[in-house]
Amino acid sequence: MTETASKPGQTEVWITGIGLATSLGEGLDANWAALQEKRVNVDEKGFAPCIVHPLMPVSFDSQIPKKGDQRQMEAWQRIGTYAAGLALDSAGIKGNKDILSKIDMVVAAGGGERDLNVDSGVLTAEAKGANAPGFLNERLMSDLRPTLFLAQLSNLLAGNIAIVHGLGGTSRTFMGEEVAGADAARIALSRIASGESDIALVGGSHNGERKDLLVLYEFGDFNLKDKFAPVWARKDHTGFALGSAGAFLVLESRAHAEARGAKPFAKLSSVVADLARRKQPGDMAATLEKLWAKLPTHAGKGAIISGATGAEPATSEERGFLKSHADFPVRATGTMFGHTMETQFPLGIALAALSISRGALFPPNDTTGTEIEMQGAPTQIVVVGAGHWRGEGMALVEAVN
Amino acid sequence: MTAPRDKFGRPVVVVTGMGIMTSLGAGKADNWAKLVAGESGIRTITRFPIDGLKTTMAGTVDFVSVDPFSSTALSERMADLVTQEALEQAGIGAKGDFPGPLFLAVAPVEVEWPQRRELGRAAGKLDVNYDDLLRISGGGKFAAYHHRFMFGSVAAYLAETFGTKGSPISLSTACASGATSIQLGVEAIRRGETDAALCVATDGTVNPEALVRFSLLSALSTQNDPPQAASRPFSKNRDGFVMAEGAGALVLESYEAATARGAKILGVIAGCGELTDSFHRTRSSPDGKPIIGCMKKTLADAGMEPDQIDHINAHGTSTPENDKMEYNTTSAVFGELVQKIPVTSNKSMVGHTISAAGAVEAIFSLLTLEHQRIPPTINYDIPDPTILFDVVGNKARDARVSAVMSNSFGFGGQNASLILTREPA
Repeated sequence: MTETASKPGQTEVWITGIGLATSLGEGLDANWAALQEKRVNVDEKGFAPCIVHPLMPVSFDSQIPKKGDQRQMEAWQRIGTYAAGLALDSAGIKGNKDILSKIDMVVAAGGGERDLNVDSGVLTAEAKGANAPGFLNERLMSDLRPTLFLAQLSNLLAGNIAIVHGLGGTSRTFMGEEVAGADAARIALSRIASGESDIALVGGSHNGERKDLLVLYEFGDFNLKDKFAPVWARKDHTGFALGSAGAFLVLESRAHAEARGAKPFAKLSSVVADLARRKQPGDMAATLEKLWAKLPTHAGKGAIISGATGAEPATSEERGFLKSHADFPVRATGTMFGHTMETQFPLGIALAALSISRGALFPPNDTTGTEIEMQGAPTQIVVVGAGHWRGEGMALVEAVN
Repeated sequence: MTAPRDKFGRPVVVVTGMGIMTSLGAGKADNWAKLVAGESGIRTITRFPIDGLKTTMAGTVDFVSVDPFSSTALSERMADLVTQEALEQAGIGAKGDFPGPLFLAVAPVEVEWPQRRELGRAAGKLDVNYDDLLRISGGGKFAAYHHRFMFGSVAAYLAETFGTKGSPISLSTACASGATSIQLGVEAIRRGETDAALCVATDGTVNPEALVRFSLLSALSTQNDPPQAASRPFSKNRDGFVMAEGAGALVLESYEAATARGAKILGVIAGCGELTDSFHRTRSSPDGKPIIGCMKKTLADAGMEPDQIDHINAHGTSTPENDKMEYNTTSAVFGELVQKIPVTSNKSMVGHTISAAGAVEAIFSLLTLEHQRIPPTINYDIPDPTILFDVVGNKARDARVSAVMSNSFGFGGQNASLILTREPA
């Protein structure tokens, strides 16, 4: 098991910036207000029978001023570059060359939005008899936009963030679906906690409004179809509704934050992750229990923010695990934001930090009783991220003393 | 013999196992013999039709077969084989029980054309669009494609096969990925999180669309005939890189853990560094500052001065821009030494193994340290007069080599360097 926890003598790590652009809106206030109102933004028609949570339109110009930059990106990169800018703003370091020149970036990314017209054109021509040996080569050479590749490459989200916001430290991109988001936070935290780094930008972005992605998840029958329901109410109607979102965090050593007068939303105390074999029923829940045992939780008001997807059997296994920690009220981000894959875990950390800083967990949005009201301010929130197929991550976000 | 900690008080990180595969062949012995003999692994592509392509050669790994074929499946198979070789040499842990985490550099994963065409046929229509594909994708018939084309699929397979601990990390920093995987392993050991790490890098993505993508960016050599002469780093008539496949695996351990179990130490990862270039998506900042900074950070991380480096394993892609930029930036860091330090580019022979290159070239650097012999840069017939490196041209050179710098630079402003030494400094 791999873990990152603040050990005695190690640096405390604060969350000093949060950037959110989601299906519920942009920025912390809009997202918080939507959560209070239990608002959910789904599109049941545009990708029917699949359901998606579309991005609430934003003005990309405000964070990506050059149109040329915007044109070089596909939607997932624009969303992420935008959210990263919001996080830098939130931390008060936008345009601060001294800090941005050394900030370490760890991005969780998928990639590859395809040009659907090119793909459809090739398949249609082949269906109609095109079968010359070089047919595919010739079509790709003539039809693909030269810069599309750069809009598809996983590490070009980080690349675009660096270009647009002027980041000049280090840059690492982790792939691997949901747990990539947990690993990104885990590595950034461990680097700061050990003194290798002072400040890091961590997060991811996802465009759920993509038919090529729906096809990929349809292979495994993972798409939620026809009718929306909260994550916990999908037992007989399983699946996830892909969501569009960008979620970025600025993590910073306490000393670095205090030296520049930055205020924390919360502290990130620990991030742990593992890969359950998931061969037998209970394997995943056992791994979640092991991860839980590694978190330095303590007495006091706690809550859980879960990235449960609605896909089975993972969601039922996770629900079993949650039942054994029933003193922690639960919220599933998948209900409100959809499933944003690599971004779900950073989104969970962001909402945990926001809840702690605002002195309340957001209200339940569930019809099954899995989510219950919480009275009073949480002092510790555990973020749980169990992938729809592989990978388990967990983080502890706490109030700063 | 030496203190288990470096001059900064961190655990010294050593290499105790290596496995490699390139277009030259499988394994260290075969690769090294061909590398020092100046053989090229670049050949005309036979895996798929080349009609209509501007670039028709690559350094493919054709001697490993996977069925059904996909670039991701080939990447996984190569990673599996090089990891077996590395673990056999290291003799660490038990079968299926590696005592540390996995850091895997792997090309971004996507559904590929053979699978997409299969879907197109299954749609059974003359006009096929993505709604048609979506309609026929479910029901379990193509479930294996979900599992295959998850970004984390290769890492999950390796983690389960070799029993690495914790959450395996799949990473991409473009052409620097292999170096980044090593850097992540070094950092984990230095932090004391683990005594050992498995760092693997693999790339099997010579497929039509990948080739077209690089071709449309004018990044590839089009000197197709003869293919062996296409990759000519530091030559005046270089015109682009040559795509290639390969994989490398390194077992990293703390010096203390390695010596405690009596392992043979193959070399030391003395320093690593990285620095982002925010200038442009595919081009380096014209002033070269990020690359210069990357090399300087790496020297500082190793606690070394430029005059302690006696060989540079260059990124040396054979693109007009890279090689020139690499010379200029190396000059800025090394000053007059730049004309005295032997420089070579393995890519002249094995091509550019993209995601794997950083690890493949780190292994070749470690073999250079072991054999005290620097592999040549082949096709070095018309030196670029503006690049004044002491290029080890065409013939391998015996040399006293105690510290090698290995550089990797990639799209998206990714720069990473490693310093490898024979023994702890």
